[in-house]
Amino acid sequence: MKAQSKTIVITVLVTVAILFAAFFLLMPVFGPRFMHPIMSQYMHGNSDPITSNELDTATEKLTENGAYHVSFKSDLDPITINQIHTWVLHIESADGQSVEGATILVDGGMPEHGHGLPTAPQVTQDLGNGDYLVEGLKFQMGGWWEVKFNITANGNTDNVTFNIMLGG
Amino acid sequence: MLKKHLLLTGVTFLLSAGILLGCNAQPAVWSEAEVENMRTLWIGSLPPLPPDPSNQYGDDPRAAALGSKLFSDTRFSSNGKVACATCHLAEKDFQDGIPLGEGVGTTNRRTMSIVGTAYSPWFFWDGRKDSQWAQALGPLESAVEHGGTRTQYAHLMQTNYKAEYEAIFGTLPDFSDMARFPESAGPVSDEAAFAAWNAMTEDDREAVTQVYVNMGKAIAAFERTIMPSESRFDQYVAAILANDLKKAETIFTQDEVEGLKLFIGSANCTRCHNGPLLTDNDFHNTGVPAVAALPEDTGRVLGAQQVLADEFNCLGKYSDALPEDCDELRFMLSEGDALERAYKPPSLRDVANRAPYMHAGQFATLEEVLRHYHDAPIAPSGHTELEMIHLNPYQQSQIIAFLKTLSSIK
Repeated sequence: MKAQSKTIVITVLVTVAILFAAFFLLMPVFGPRFMHPIMSQYMHGNSDPITSNELDTATEKLTENGAYHVSFKSDLDPITINQIHTWVLHIESADGQSVEGATILVDGGMPEHGHGLPTAPQVTQDLGNGDYLVEGLKFQMGGWWEVKFNITANGNTDNVTFNIMLGG
Repeated sequence: MLKKHLLLTGVTFLLSAGILLGCNAQPAVWSEAEVENMRTLWIGSLPPLPPDPSNQYGDDPRAAALGSKLFSDTRFSSNGKVACATCHLAEKDFQDGIPLGEGVGTTNRRTMSIVGTAYSPWFFWDGRKDSQWAQALGPLESAVEHGGTRTQYAHLMQTNYKAEYEAIFGTLPDFSDMARFPESAGPVSDEAAFAAWNAMTEDDREAVTQVYVNMGKAIAAFERTIMPSESRFDQYVAAILANDLKKAETIFTQDEVEGLKLFIGSANCTRCHNGPLLTDNDFHNTGVPAVAALPEDTGRVLGAQQVLADEFNCLGKYSDALPEDCDELRFMLSEGDALERAYKPPSLRDVANRAPYMHAGQFATLEEVLRHYHDAPIAPSGHTELEMIHLNPYQQSQIIAFLKTLSSIK
């Protein structure tokens, strides 16, 4: 009995020692991606990036306070990185009337990276019928982008944010 | 009996551990997203070179032939010893391999490679020029690069390249009257040359500048032909895209595969080094250390102001472009914190042959570069875009192994 328990202890100890040694020695080959998700997250210090399934990527939206119905159409379709391009923004009032003569400011960036747009896009033309030309849009990396419009018409200001998920 | 069982358990443990470790040696399996990502970096994704609307001679082979000669002609300098090719050496991927460019003096920046730059909207580390031809004209008048002047170059064109010039650009004005066209005059830092330039009539200055611009457009026509070539990485991607894993395995080692996985994945490299040229041609602050001996360098802050003020920019009178062809300049980001010490990421094609690295050659080796990205130090000014990522030394060496696969097969 005594000899038997000695063997148990030795076998277990040797096995555990070999496993530990192998694990640590081969860490560089394993890389963190083989580790437990919790540990990996701790080491990376960031959470998993958002995926397109979790994101509202609608190209047609109601503004935050419901004042306008806004949609966009890009002349670059699908939108790809590193190409400067143009959008046409269409604005309607909540009751479906085209909004003319609006003043529109453009902003945006990557919420996960904390940086803005690489260019300074502007609304350069009121095309009539509620359509506005947005020039100078560009996205220089893949991932989640926001493009925000601040719209003022007849003294009524409202905001809308479009989400875009880009590959590359 | 129990003893046997326990031994068996131990052996099973060891075997399963062995199998788990063995898994590591199996061929790489790429996710669909990873394959798509690799495709975007592949040389086969490089679109045909679009025309440069600011340079109507850009695709004229006669202009390229003249530009090629000008590129290597050392007479276009103050000491007769410096040409574009002095720093942009064809055998070194059109760069010089030293921390700071050496013309007639020493510059404050690392010489950039010309390969594939025809695709870029911005030139120099800080983007202070917006076309290849405007870029080419910068060093020619820099006191530490070519050190010459516009009238000097106009005279040289008349003496040495008159027929070739006229075949492309039309009549070359007569610059032989040395009283009207002094030997050395131009809007340069040399006071005598600058005074001589200001003493000229506006029409004469205009005639000289037009020839100067055409020299730039000829050099650009030549530079447009300098393109990257296929690398082992491109062959690997081609094999993966063809679903030929057997072939892919013969092209990349396991370390190169792992390095690529990190490059397009958790190491975040493709945030800036994306597309088939492995650069987004934008401007980023990555906390690269300042060089104590050099003057303060604000990067894109100054570069943005300079390109807006540049007489040779896309919207200027010497450009052949219509305003609507100049969207990059018209909608350029010209202010904000993001510009502080932001520099253009160079293409990573042939990067292993292009030490030292960064805008003033701060890092001598790729090992130092990877250590910098791993450490993500605080920027000398502005804010670094680098996030803390964990890359152990072995992973860093795997990324370097991958970077070496970006060298052209010659």
